Amino acid sequence: MVDGKAKSGPLLDIRNLRIEATVYPPGEAPRTITLVHDVSLTLEKGKVLGLIGESGAGKSTIGLSSMGYGRGGVRITGGEVILNGRDILKGGKEGLRKLRGRDVCYVAQSAAAAFNPAHRLMDQVVEATLLHGTATRAEAVKRAVALFKKLSLPNPETIGQRFPHQVSGGQLQRVMTAMALCSEPDLIVFDEPTTALDVTTQIDVLSAIKDAIRDTHVAALYITHDLAVVAQVSDEIMVLRHGRLVEWGGTRQIIKEPRQEYTNALVSVREIEHQEQQPGTTPMLSVKNVTAAYGGGHIKVLKNVSVDIYPGQTLAVVGESGSGKSTLARTITGLLPPEQGSVVFDGRTLANRLADRPKEDLRQLQMIYQMADVAMNPRQTVGTIIGRPLEFYFGMKGRERDKRVAELLDEIEMGKGFIDRYPAELSGGQKQRVCIARSLAAKPKLIICDEVTSALDPLVAHGILKLLLNLQQIEKVAYLFITHDLATVKSIADSIAVMYRGEVVRYGPKSKVLTPPFDAYTDLLLSSVPEMEIGWLEKAIKGRRMESAGN
Amino acid sequence: MRAIRRIPLPSLTGLVLTALFVLAAIFAPLIAPHGNAEIVGDVWEPMSAAHWLGTDNLGRDLLSRMIYGARITLFIAVLATALSFSLGAILGFSAAVFGGWYDTILSRLVDLLMSIPTLIMGLVVLSVLPSNLVTLILVMGILDSTRVYRLSRAVAVDINVMDYVEAAKLRGEGSGWIIFREILPNALSPLVSELGLRFIYAVLFLSTLSFLGLGVQPPDADWGGMVKENKDGIVFGIPAALIPAAAIAALAISVNLVADWVLNRTTSLKGGRG
Repeated sequence: MVDGKAKSGPLLDIRNLRIEATVYPPGEAPRTITLVHDVSLTLEKGKVLGLIGESGAGKSTIGLSSMGYGRGGVRITGGEVILNGRDILKGGKEGLRKLRGRDVCYVAQSAAAAFNPAHRLMDQVVEATLLHGTATRAEAVKRAVALFKKLSLPNPETIGQRFPHQVSGGQLQRVMTAMALCSEPDLIVFDEPTTALDVTTQIDVLSAIKDAIRDTHVAALYITHDLAVVAQVSDEIMVLRHGRLVEWGGTRQIIKEPRQEYTNALVSVREIEHQEQQPGTTPMLSVKNVTAAYGGGHIKVLKNVSVDIYPGQTLAVVGESGSGKSTLARTITGLLPPEQGSVVFDGRTLANRLADRPKEDLRQLQMIYQMADVAMNPRQTVGTIIGRPLEFYFGMKGRERDKRVAELLDEIEMGKGFIDRYPAELSGGQKQRVCIARSLAAKPKLIICDEVTSALDPLVAHGILKLLLNLQQIEKVAYLFITHDLATVKSIADSIAVMYRGEVVRYGPKSKVLTPPFDAYTDLLLSSVPEMEIGWLEKAIKGRRMESAGN
Repeated sequence: MRAIRRIPLPSLTGLVLTALFVLAAIFAPLIAPHGNAEIVGDVWEPMSAAHWLGTDNLGRDLLSRMIYGARITLFIAVLATALSFSLGAILGFSAAVFGGWYDTILSRLVDLLMSIPTLIMGLVVLSVLPSNLVTLILVMGILDSTRVYRLSRAVAVDINVMDYVEAAKLRGEGSGWIIFREILPNALSPLVSELGLRFIYAVLFLSTLSFLGLGVQPPDADWGGMVKENKDGIVFGIPAALIPAAAIAALAISVNLVADWVLNRTTSLKGGRG
């Protein structure tokens, strides 16, 4: 990457960065905690450095420090951040203001939340350029349109006239990238730009970002927790944990020959041994030709859906957002009565409406939610949360109930010391475990798992999946597993239903669904899952183009 | 003792003052140096060793009247607030949980009640109904419950769509559990802060009603009524009307300090264990 104006030395040089924050625990004296412990990194012009780690690893905090910014009371208390040979931490407010949006730009995780909904896209895209006076409006708009074209946005000439709510999430993320590139910065910080997107959209955004980086010779910090994604775009990868550097090396070295144990765990996290079970003779739950709609029948979200679940087995329902997977769960649980069709459980037809179902039917069907945070009442202790189903369904009281709660806590690999804790005192993985225990407490025959691992870090999610499989062995419970993550599906499903726009497009035992020949949508879905392999993105895009040309 | 030392100073002040008011109200006959309606001296005597706060417009001991007044004021305000909160919160929560027609009818009824200015409504109702404590408390409580209904419905509608409420519904829980065990504990913070405010409004409303002659009937008097009795003295430079007014202000501030403290203690989602 030899550039005409290249200076000697790296573009960005962070030395011994230390970041602290003051926390105010209720009832205790405020104390200072260190979020980032003396991390150093260098970045050459035109290179991409991937920062990866679990939540709380300090990756976003480090990324933002390159623009001298500390989020929500976070302070940079030590070290130097040298950009283009200048320590930006010493420049004062004035210096930072000149730097942000001109030398360093930022692409946020949720573009939908980061755009001002009251202004047109073009005004927001050129704002920083105009503010810094690096171009006239006409020039900036011309540049923006060129960038829209490069990022393969539809109607590049006119898309700037739209408001943020008039474009899709993936497009908005690309507009945001154009916004960052518009003022021709030296460095862009990408903060999980594709995490909130579907796999099929993610691949488009990813390749657009990669092309744009290559063509504009901008350097980038790419922050994500998905190693497979970062392997596609970056030249080097830095693995972080608890605010400390774990390993730093070339992309190939990190994913092929990780030197640290933690990196190795991240790289090899996805494999879970699971023997596929053959479907039995009589299904335990069958959904028969169900059609369901929202808004008084105007918006059909499920069209003639039929699936079967066999005792003690797992059916995975896959699809992108809006495909109707969660609606299927709502229909089965009775939250959304179907317009046509029926749900048959254990040989009897379930009442359509939740209110008409007897307690016994409700007990047999339990549900685990995506966001464990909001699925538990923050004002109830773990003991109450798990104990309530015992009390409610089995009339257990006092010591008998506490004993069973302790047993359940053991089953989810948490000690009984947790019984008096409130949800706010648990980590993300522990919360999801408590939710699992709550549903198990009812001794159900079927548990509906709605994206139970997608809000969790990969290593924690791995633990949850293993736990679910173990529990299936012990309790002989069946799962309806809703997810958009095909890696999860591969590791735990017995049969798979692929949904697209409210219809089941492919359905059968796992081995059959995942063997070619595929239909067009399943192929798109499968080929869009990032693989931990350099050059996968190009191959996938190329393969897909041929595919779509063939259709 | 350590627990007391950990209470911040403003809250402690509020607690002490509120406790003083409450104690005065409860033990009024024991504390008050003279009877409530007993004429003990001249009209509007200045403060003296015999009459610490002087005498009122009829020559009654002002301190004794203040103490008896605390009793009536607190009694009515506490009961009216309790009524308005239980009524407003239960109806508001159930409207949010049941929705549909139940919600629409209740909400429109509340709108109807709120569209008439509270004071005018109170005056009309009280002048028609027999004037006694029960009607007074009922009228005040019901009129105030419209405000509480609005607030609790708004809060509960947000909580009602949370996954944990859905989980409870899926479990088959009845509305009782959902309202009192799922929604109420989470709606408590805004309700407690509103409680402090509403209690003071009740005191002020009672004072206004008494001032207009429709509240507590003589010879009993709440603090607002005492302001009315002595208001003419202000022209002659006699502070008798200002003392009950100051008592109302002090009560208002101290109750809110206590409410703030309770709020601080209960907002922690970690059970206050830090």
